Amino acid sequence: MAVPPEAAGQAADSHGQAGSIRAQKPHLKRDRVVIRFAGDSGDGMQLTGMQFTAESALAGNDIATLPDFPAEIRAPAGTLAGVSGFQLNFSSSEIFTAGDEPNVLVAMNPAALQANLEDVPPNGVIIVDREAFTDANVKRAGYATNPLNDQSLDKFQVIQIDVTRLTTLALHGLGLNNRGVFRCRNMFVLGMLSWLYQRPTQSTVQYLEGRFKKTPEVLEANLKAFKAGYNYGETTEMFASSYEVPAAKIKPGLYRNITGNIATALGFVAAAVKSGRPLFLGSYPITPASDVLHELAVLKNFPVYTFQAEDEIAGVSSAIGASFGGAIAITTTSGPGMNLKAEAIGLAVKVELPLVITDIQRAGPSTGMPTKPEQADLLMAMYGRHGESPIPIIAASTPADCFECAYEAVRLAIKYMTPVILLTDGQLATGAEPWLLPDVDKLPPIKVEFRTDPTNFLPYSREEGTLARPWAIPGTPGLEHRLGGITGENLTGNISYSPANHELMIRIRARKVAGITQEIAPTEIFGDADGGDLVVLGWGSTFGPIREAVKQAREKGRKVSHIHLRYLNPLPKDLADQLRKFKQVMVAEMNMGQLVKIIRADYLINAFGFNKIQGRPFKVSELVTRINRALEG
Amino acid sequence: MATALTRKDFISDQEVRWCPGCGDYAILAQVQKTMPEFGIEPHKVVFISGIGCSSRFPYYMNTYGFHTIHGRAPALATGLKVTRPDLDVWVVTGDGDGLSIGGNHLIHVLRRNVDLKILLFNNKIYGLTKGQYSPTSEVGKVTKSTPAGSVDFPFNPITVALGTHASFVARSIDVEQKHLGETLKRAHDHRGASFLEILQNCNIFNDDAFKDVSDKAIKADHQLILEHGKPLIFGKNRDKGIKMNVMRPEVVTLGQNGVTENDLVVHDETNLSLAFMLGNFEPPMPTPIGVFYAVSRPTYDGAINKQLDDAKTKQGEGDLKKLLLKGDTWSVN
Repeated sequence: MAVPPEAAGQAADSHGQAGSIRAQKPHLKRDRVVIRFAGDSGDGMQLTGMQFTAESALAGNDIATLPDFPAEIRAPAGTLAGVSGFQLNFSSSEIFTAGDEPNVLVAMNPAALQANLEDVPPNGVIIVDREAFTDANVKRAGYATNPLNDQSLDKFQVIQIDVTRLTTLALHGLGLNNRGVFRCRNMFVLGMLSWLYQRPTQSTVQYLEGRFKKTPEVLEANLKAFKAGYNYGETTEMFASSYEVPAAKIKPGLYRNITGNIATALGFVAAAVKSGRPLFLGSYPITPASDVLHELAVLKNFPVYTFQAEDEIAGVSSAIGASFGGAIAITTTSGPGMNLKAEAIGLAVKVELPLVITDIQRAGPSTGMPTKPEQADLLMAMYGRHGESPIPIIAASTPADCFECAYEAVRLAIKYMTPVILLTDGQLATGAEPWLLPDVDKLPPIKVEFRTDPTNFLPYSREEGTLARPWAIPGTPGLEHRLGGITGENLTGNISYSPANHELMIRIRARKVAGITQEIAPTEIFGDADGGDLVVLGWGSTFGPIREAVKQAREKGRKVSHIHLRYLNPLPKDLADQLRKFKQVMVAEMNMGQLVKIIRADYLINAFGFNKIQGRPFKVSELVTRINRALEG
Repeated sequence: MATALTRKDFISDQEVRWCPGCGDYAILAQVQKTMPEFGIEPHKVVFISGIGCSSRFPYYMNTYGFHTIHGRAPALATGLKVTRPDLDVWVVTGDGDGLSIGGNHLIHVLRRNVDLKILLFNNKIYGLTKGQYSPTSEVGKVTKSTPAGSVDFPFNPITVALGTHASFVARSIDVEQKHLGETLKRAHDHRGASFLEILQNCNIFNDDAFKDVSDKAIKADHQLILEHGKPLIFGKNRDKGIKMNVMRPEVVTLGQNGVTENDLVVHDETNLSLAFMLGNFEPPMPTPIGVFYAVSRPTYDGAINKQLDDAKTKQGEGDLKKLLLKGDTWSVN
């Protein structure tokens, strides 16, 4: 990364003046900081991270987050399996990723330290709760000796704080039991860091007031712990200074912080509202997709129907039924669920009903690593059904982009009367970024026109331009017809085993999907529009690291560019020509090389892959190294 | 529609393609004959099926129809009925489609009590795939896939349905046209998931599987016609009945050993335990037909739509702009 690690106590570029009136300590400026909060699953690190993110957003920083939590809800306390992390990058300039490595690691116990230490650069800051480093906890984390007492942490700046004792003191007299006090430790830490980075605290106070409205004693405890942490930072000798990360210059407008799953849900609701039809979600709980179901389940008044089906197959099948009836029908899942839905998706292809299937990809095969991202479902989305069954595929590139992609998926599904697959992944789903709120009135129109005229009605007649068949919903007099999975005669849809007709229908559906290229804007090249030495081609959540890496390489004078795809099927019409402008084409993917296969097969372009399959996003540094290697030949 | 509906209004222009002599013809004819009596116009009716011989059914009805994929018709129908409670939605399935590959969907649609009319044609065999044993085939059944005889213990569709607390459970027989028509009407009039098992003869792969209850010469001695509030009497001479011997049912003959009608079990459609007992009747006990169980409980589609209506009443129509603004927002100038 271009920016040197930040370090509390390191006063190299001190601006020296005092910060707020209250804080009499020096107040240093930083361009960007990466903090990782790590603790037991039950330590509330996700909440702490999200609140710090909200504070940083209000401070005007550009932000990017990466939660990292185990699939086990409550793994045994103090074990490596139970460590939950949340990384936040906040900056005074535009950023694209949550950062390769944390400048500051907050470790609530030895296991959290053990699990995250390898990512902390030399001279990085490590803040630990000293009291959590008991003999038992140290042993449970796999340490032979207490790392706070040996030399193993010498290359870092370790700040030891008795978080538990200080929280207990702060909450003295409130009548809380040990467990209740223990659960407020994260607020003490949040308060301390809020002081250290001079964050505005009102959003956290408001959040706590909302969350614990019904339990005033818990609210009081959390507020007290939060304020005690803040004051501790200010008054203790532990921190020589506080830091300021000034507001970033970002596009004016109204922002909110959003995760990919919430953005996906909102995109679907927006599409349904724009279309004037109810939204129906048929879904079966699966990590990391369930939050879309939760998000939509509370929006009944829009109206939104959510059906928690008995299994993945019923999830998609119920959605097809709802689509037959004229609803905006969607299903959400992750890889294993996609496998199960394949047959029903094929039915939707054959009967040409609008449907959006969202695959929030996770590391596979089989159960794999449910909470970790991967991009290995692309070829399944393309080809993972029997028979010739082309489906348009759209992939979101950032958490906020999930909104636009979900909306676009519905728009295409209806306009072309086809199932559409939306690909996101676990990183987008749970990661967050500031979202410039769209102007609802300016969203592209979504027009639903049901067929009503019985004159010359044919279920498989086609609209010129899109080749869409009519959407003729039950309840319409004179349009009674039968849909089915058996090959149907052109126009009538009546069962037909005519060989020529079978091929004709396959070709018509393929042409219809291919025709969606007319919806795709010309390919944007970040970098050298007229070509250069290397272009990095990506899709999905790799957008951030690729963009940052290409930016850094360009700052070093490299003739490297970035093309990022939203439409994966069909591919943009001009893509092949754009790629041919470059001497080398590198396709960076979190899989064994799936898009690169398509590019090579479809275009006969000698693209090469850069692949990572670790359930973790690319690091910017990894990409920069690979780019340099390619350019140095 | 100004004029009354007739059978013809429900007959599609498609050629019926079941094997000659298949019991499905009789069921189709009876459904087409009964539909006009409901007074619902064909465009408001939807037939949804899975895969199998029975699942060809929708093509022959001049209503809306959807021939879907194997076993999934109940799930598809749920999505349709929930979002379109105005429609009259029927599911047509078979013993393979509904109880094997689609068993999961069937039990869940029944427990949820989605307002669907579910017709399960039970011929105890796989017909479309040419004669393998099905989940209702008897133990020992010799088929192409079980040359040494099936060792699978079969499902009993009635007790499976009762096990889900389905709110309407009935059985009829393809050739019992009058009884089938009446039972179809009962199934249709019920609010909630109606489960109707129709014993259906596959004359190609499992002929005479239900001979004892469909052969005119002997059926009266094997059919037990269930009627709510009436004693369980059967037999050619209406002289046999079902009596409880402590906790076990037994067949008795009226007039013998002093047995009178007063000693017989009186059918009660609202008694789940009785329904289970009758559902478990197997030869040499008579085969009950008619309504085993019928109770009223809230429908899934009704409850879901009520939640939506309540949300609208309480929160007003959804406001997209407000929704997007939820949570912490901040302005950048």
